[in-house]
Amino acid sequence: MALLQIAEPGLCADPHQHRLAIGIDLGTTNSLVATVRSGSADVLEDEAGRALLPSVVRYVQDGSPEVGLDAQLRQSDDPHNTIVSVKRFMGRGLKDVQDAAATPYRFVDAPGMLRLETRAGVKSPVEVSAEILKTLRGRAEAALGGELTGAVITVPAYFDDAQRQATKDAARLAGVNVLRLLNEPTAAAIAYGLDNASQGTFCIYDLGGGTFDISILRLSQGIFEVVATNGDSKLGGDDFDERIYRWVVEQSGVGDLSAGDARLLLSLARKAKEALTEKDETRITATLSSGTVVDRVLTVDTFFMLTADLITRTLGPTRKALRDAGLSVDDIDGVVLVGGSTRMRHVRSAVAKYFQREPLTNLDPDQVVALGAAMQANLLVGNRKSDDWLLLDVIPLSLGLETMGGLVEKVIPRNATLPVTRAQDFTTFKDGQTAMSVHVLQGERELTSDCRSLARFELRGIPPMVAGAARIRVTFQVDADGLLSVSAREQASGVEATIEVKPSYGLGDDEIARMLQDSFTHANDDMAARNLREQRVDGLRLLEATQAALDMDGWQLLSDTERVTIDRAMETLRVMLDGQDHTAIKRAADSLNRATAQFAARRMDVSIQRALAGQRLDAIEA
Amino acid sequence: MAITLSESAADRIQKFLSQRGKGIGLRLGVRTSGCSGMAYTLEFVDETLPDDLSFESCGVTVLIDPKSLTFLDGTELDFVREGLNEGFKFNNPNVKNTCGCGESFNV
Repeated sequence: MALLQIAEPGLCADPHQHRLAIGIDLGTTNSLVATVRSGSADVLEDEAGRALLPSVVRYVQDGSPEVGLDAQLRQSDDPHNTIVSVKRFMGRGLKDVQDAAATPYRFVDAPGMLRLETRAGVKSPVEVSAEILKTLRGRAEAALGGELTGAVITVPAYFDDAQRQATKDAARLAGVNVLRLLNEPTAAAIAYGLDNASQGTFCIYDLGGGTFDISILRLSQGIFEVVATNGDSKLGGDDFDERIYRWVVEQSGVGDLSAGDARLLLSLARKAKEALTEKDETRITATLSSGTVVDRVLTVDTFFMLTADLITRTLGPTRKALRDAGLSVDDIDGVVLVGGSTRMRHVRSAVAKYFQREPLTNLDPDQVVALGAAMQANLLVGNRKSDDWLLLDVIPLSLGLETMGGLVEKVIPRNATLPVTRAQDFTTFKDGQTAMSVHVLQGERELTSDCRSLARFELRGIPPMVAGAARIRVTFQVDADGLLSVSAREQASGVEATIEVKPSYGLGDDEIARMLQDSFTHANDDMAARNLREQRVDGLRLLEATQAALDMDGWQLLSDTERVTIDRAMETLRVMLDGQDHTAIKRAADSLNRATAQFAARRMDVSIQRALAGQRLDAIEA
Repeated sequence: MAITLSESAADRIQKFLSQRGKGIGLRLGVRTSGCSGMAYTLEFVDETLPDDLSFESCGVTVLIDPKSLTFLDGTELDFVREGLNEGFKFNNPNVKNTCGCGESFNV
């Protein structure tokens, strides 16, 4: 007969109506599935009792997929057909993958998302991920004895829209109903029951195999909000292995290792690292293919010394995240460690020292994300009386639009919480301008050329007015699913244009990280560039206005010498506009302004005279 | 008239109760539904009801309403593992037949 689980009071399901829900941590290196049974969250193991499923898919001879450990073991024999770390390719184009040449894959560029050529044909990352999800789904259905109602799948907090959509598509392909995508740090916080507190600010320190993520979550009135994220997409446990490996090679004086020997030493390095989480020293012994025997004792002190800078490197993004959130270490109410690499003792002590408090470590750091996802899934299918968590996301990069001179005006700042709506007013640049082009951009830099273009559209039918008189309100709206829509509306006439931005593929963590990094390192250049562009725009506007005035009544109001002076000042400004010196442009513009001061005053008098001519005094006064 | 728990069931229930952090015991019951007449219910208990009958087995409080007890008298609740699946099983001497899946029964 069917096996039963204990339900919450009053929530017992009817026969055949069990709401089976799972949480899936679809990781870069390993994936897990967890569920809540009889009120407690557990990771589900396979027949061999293994919880971690290596996120590796290999297409075997007949083209069928093999997933997990078996695939991983054949990785070096069959590199083209064995896909590892497919998560890095989700929702990415070929040009987003910077180290494409360093991977063994035969990439096929395709609109939207790259493809991988395997012996089973051309596969998209979505299809490969779907194989991993199918395996986890099979494991869950065997363990729960029935069909699944739905799953919560976790994604990195700064996965963009395209990467999230790709994850959802993979789930659909695997026959998994996605209840919700959940940010990994939020899942970790839920697993620790931090949501049971009424409020607090928490830091999630996630050091995995190849990536480091830091997230700051704020809980208020039962609502979790990701207030800041940062990280290093090229820093993880593998780097620690690499340090031990290099130390062994150096100490033993063995150079020029064969690929097999290198793999052997690297795996021994990893074992040594794991041993040092408990012991104070460990021995690394191996016989290389050349017959050379390697035999070294690695003490925990040496290991700490070899890798101290790697830990320091995690603290930079941590500081930045705190700064983005406008918080100091004292504001943090709890620190959660996620990822197998946080088992290392010096990682724990460095985190404890930085935050001046002991981090939460009593759950298995490999499992904590999956457990949190399972708890959220259990809630969403209605197996728990809901004190409903409403989970909010943030915008990873600022959204803005292009203004004159190729500058970016930020409309929604980075780390704004979703959903969000912001409006800003813009105006026309030229007299009689009847259309305006709206160029939507994403990024932290000052110039459009350094940011990512998301969409362009035109607002037409603006009534002709003098430059600067039109009021065009541009509204950016990002909904709870992270979809952006931008509308522009001329306030007087009500003409309106709207666009929905659905990036076919967006930015990956690497690129977001790089763009953020660039915005810090180029802050000074950017300010100079902005000054130059702004002065150019002002100078151009001045030239246009002066020329228009000269054309209208310059011949009437100016003597020849005055006219020559103005022409000369205009010419100087024109020359300076082509240069790179914003102070010179400013000077030239100022001198043109001085040269035209008399002219402007006379024009004013004339227009007043014109306005007053033939009017009765009382008509004007009224 | 009695309901008992197997040792493994009692262990599990105690573990689940402590992880849940609240609750005074376990409620067993029967309700009319399902493809073959009646179905079991199994819930945590936060508060007792006036008519509840209470049993103590291996240190766990088991509550049951009098009507359900007539269908469950003599039942032993067990916790078993079947392949990857694990969960509670009612060994109920009153059952005459069950539906194919075993989720509902009649007496």
